[in-house]
Amino acid sequence: MSAHQEHPSHAEKYGHQDGFDVHHHDHTADHGSLKSYTIGFVLAVILTAIPFWLVMTHAIEKSSTAGIVLLGLAAVQVVVHMVYFLHMNSKSEGGWTILALIFTLMVVVIMLAGSLWVMYHLNHNMMPGMSQDLLQEAVPGAAQQMPAMPGMK
Amino acid sequence: MSEISTSSSAAVAATPSSRFYVKEHHPEHGTLLGFWMYLMSDCLIFACLFAAYAVLGRNYAGGPTGAEIFELPVVAVNTSLLLLSSITYGFAMLEMQKKQVNKTIMWLVVTGLLGAGFIYFELSEFIHLIHEGAGPQRSGFLTSFFALVATHGLHVSFGIVWLITLIFQIKKHGLTHENGRRLMCLSMFWHFLDVVWIGVFTFVYLMGVLP
Repeated sequence: MSAHQEHPSHAEKYGHQDGFDVHHHDHTADHGSLKSYTIGFVLAVILTAIPFWLVMTHAIEKSSTAGIVLLGLAAVQVVVHMVYFLHMNSKSEGGWTILALIFTLMVVVIMLAGSLWVMYHLNHNMMPGMSQDLLQEAVPGAAQQMPAMPGMK
Repeated sequence: MSEISTSSSAAVAATPSSRFYVKEHHPEHGTLLGFWMYLMSDCLIFACLFAAYAVLGRNYAGGPTGAEIFELPVVAVNTSLLLLSSITYGFAMLEMQKKQVNKTIMWLVVTGLLGAGFIYFELSEFIHLIHEGAGPQRSGFLTSFFALVATHGLHVSFGIVWLITLIFQIKKHGLTHENGRRLMCLSMFWHFLDVVWIGVFTFVYLMGVLP
């Protein structure tokens, strides 16, 4: 990036080639090194082995706790892959990749959380037989519309 | 409107030595950034499928549950195959940097074989499930399961096709600049699929067998 600004004539010389960088100045940081790949791989193996071990040996009794632990480990492993294999950092492509990633994550979180939230309430409101007390609290008028339901007044 | 276009065309026509030689909005790896945008949109596709699985994943319709049909040892083998293929692709990239054509191709072949092994185990799992009557039409759980896992598998399959194409390109033309760029795009694609697989094995398989 800085090399371009310092040598505009150099950039002009190759400017017609799709704007793609054809001079091979230092790109080693983008590709990673043997060391970074090895660190990433070892971390990924550990972070994969722990969740499999947890589930296959039933190490955690409570399902909800186990689920949260699994999701936490997966999130850490995703970050490890992003940093060591995909070479994400705040400076690559002048910060545009990280910006695109943050935007995508925002959309994904809104969509996942929104879907689960809406569908959870839909399930509760559409299946009165499974949660009558909740239905009566949430939708008082619904009790009169379904007089045949057992358990209702 | 006309004023804006005039001023912008004037900026384009300016000599590079001009003070308005703006570089910030034009990153040097245009292709790689564009490919990253594609990966992000692919990420949204997978997010939709994950959302569908999150909503439908416990709707068994009296059919088999995750705990009954998932074989964790097979999933563990699949996961290690994909993880290994990630690091072997990394080795291929390192050899590419050193301009070692034969070693690059060798690591790419290893990566492709590991990917093919992954597809083999996944397909045999699918065939086994369908033969047992647990096909995608059985319940909402199985529909969303097949949609999510098969979409990932399809991506890996296309990645392998791309990999084979690139191996022949490198054999024919060597490690040219264009081939280097293609290798970097495929590298991003391959590592991205591994990231998606983390979500699949955690959310679908491991959490699916939790009581």
